[in-house]
Amino acid sequence: MAEPVVKAEGVHKSFGRLEVLKGISMAVNQGQVFVIIGPSGSGKSTFLRCINHLEKIDAGRIWVDGDLVGYRQVGDKLHELRDSEAVTARAKIGMVFQHFNLFPHMTAAENVTLAQRIVLDRSPKEARRRAAELLGRVGLADKVDEYPARLSGGQQQRVAIARALAMDPKVMLFDEVTSALDPELVKDVLDVMRELAKLGMTMIVVTHEIGFAREVANQVIFMDEGAIVEQGSPEQLIRNPKEERTKQFLGLVLEH
Amino acid sequence: MTGSTGTREAATQPGPSQTIEAVPVRHPGRWVAAAIVALIAASLIRSAIDNPNFHWDVVGDYLFDQRILDGVVKTIQLTVLAMAIGVFLGVVLAVMRLSPNGLIRGSGWFYVWVFRGTPVLVQILFWNFIAALYPTIDLGIPFGPSFVHLNANDFITPFVAGMLALGLNEGAYMAEIVRAGIISVEEGQTEASKALGMTRGQTLRYIVLPQAMRVIIPPTGNETISMLKYTSLVSVIAVPELLYSAQLIYSQSFQQIPLLLVVSIWYLAMTTVLSIGQYFLERHYGRGRMRDEPLTLFERIRAGWIGRRTEPEELLQRGAAGSGGAR
Repeated sequence: MAEPVVKAEGVHKSFGRLEVLKGISMAVNQGQVFVIIGPSGSGKSTFLRCINHLEKIDAGRIWVDGDLVGYRQVGDKLHELRDSEAVTARAKIGMVFQHFNLFPHMTAAENVTLAQRIVLDRSPKEARRRAAELLGRVGLADKVDEYPARLSGGQQQRVAIARALAMDPKVMLFDEVTSALDPELVKDVLDVMRELAKLGMTMIVVTHEIGFAREVANQVIFMDEGAIVEQGSPEQLIRNPKEERTKQFLGLVLEH
Repeated sequence: MTGSTGTREAATQPGPSQTIEAVPVRHPGRWVAAAIVALIAASLIRSAIDNPNFHWDVVGDYLFDQRILDGVVKTIQLTVLAMAIGVFLGVVLAVMRLSPNGLIRGSGWFYVWVFRGTPVLVQILFWNFIAALYPTIDLGIPFGPSFVHLNANDFITPFVAGMLALGLNEGAYMAEIVRAGIISVEEGQTEASKALGMTRGQTLRYIVLPQAMRVIIPPTGNETISMLKYTSLVSVIAVPELLYSAQLIYSQSFQQIPLLLVVSIWYLAMTTVLSIGQYFLERHYGRGRMRDEPLTLFERIRAGWIGRRTEPEELLQRGAAGSGGAR
């Protein structure tokens, strides 16, 4: 069995006195799609941010592609990574945010090109070619030279996905990427993600879209109050949840 | 273009084909106020023409006098150099003040505290007399060997003293402006660039500073205009900039008023040019964002709309024109 792409062991994280993550352990294998669901404040977004070291963890370990996140282990001592080292590790992890966070002073193509140029040292021609190809794949071939302000939320989010894919990541993290979108724009973004999953991309998806979880996920995790309450295939977890808390949450979400 | 334009058009056109032709509201008060202002203006202009003490003929004689023109050049040189020092220092100090290192943050704060807390005129005099404090200047390794040895009296000429004083003072103000600009950029922008694997320096250079420019440029334009006028302060240490050149002339001819008018005309001309430059800079750094900000004076002139109130259609046209020009 190959090594998991993302592995977490007993991850703890506190903001001041508030313990947000209380020992999260999981392993995502190559090509798997993990969907994390749970009420707001359950720590699911924080966990995602810990995976690419946007947040420092207080205890536990996270490995991505076999490398420890944020630290280097020498003997049994951990050394914090320097900025430049942490950065190379992060480039292997693609992340898409709830509020898109496109660079507003750059066109769609420039958004997708910049990091390829300055992080991966690709030639302008090569970066531009990749950008055109990826923007075409997310259905925005005609929006290459538009500024984000002239794109709809759904289009912006698809540019953001193309921007993350341009780095050839080992794993893609999606942080409630459809929560800020008008309902009729959600489908386009989910379609792009379905397509990615089909092509074998390893994905960890935090979402409220239970339908998406049921259809695309290999594993669904239900988190509450900083801990994993239940984990299983969509069939088990969504159709026949064991835990009372899971039933209650799914009841509320599926009702409307 | 997209759906949004369509809905806006629909909102401005009520009914399928009916255009409203209503009688506009009358404003008699505005006419009275305008008449009073016109009357005051007319009497001021008349007095300026009638009063022989203005000596407009002398103003004309000296407006393009070589000594005045040399002064104008010195004033421009001082402004450009002092602003260059100020902007450079401002960026460095702003980054220092946002550093995670407490000592660096503290030094940045201390600099701003000292240079913003003392009058610039005092600082100018201080730099002028710096030779009394440090007769020689050595550049090299602290407590180690020195590579450059300078005699302060030769190196710190009045011009250099004025430039340093104005530039170092400006740095303290620019630091606050740049810092406000950096803070104004959303946290999500930094996170997105980190997530793409950019270093802190790359994030600052490619993502944060270009966006901060939108906030930094307008007050920097104001600072440049202020700087142009503040350069007149270095006349106290006998730097022959515009004001001191005029003073040299009227100390012999005793034509103070006409020469001060010459000086004022030049300052006004230069600040006007700077304001126009500021407008184009703001437009450049606003690209991708131009939407609903009110029209500036220059945009109104360009659109031939001066004096009227801004109509929604104009904003739409402007939005289209703005993004077209940004290409």
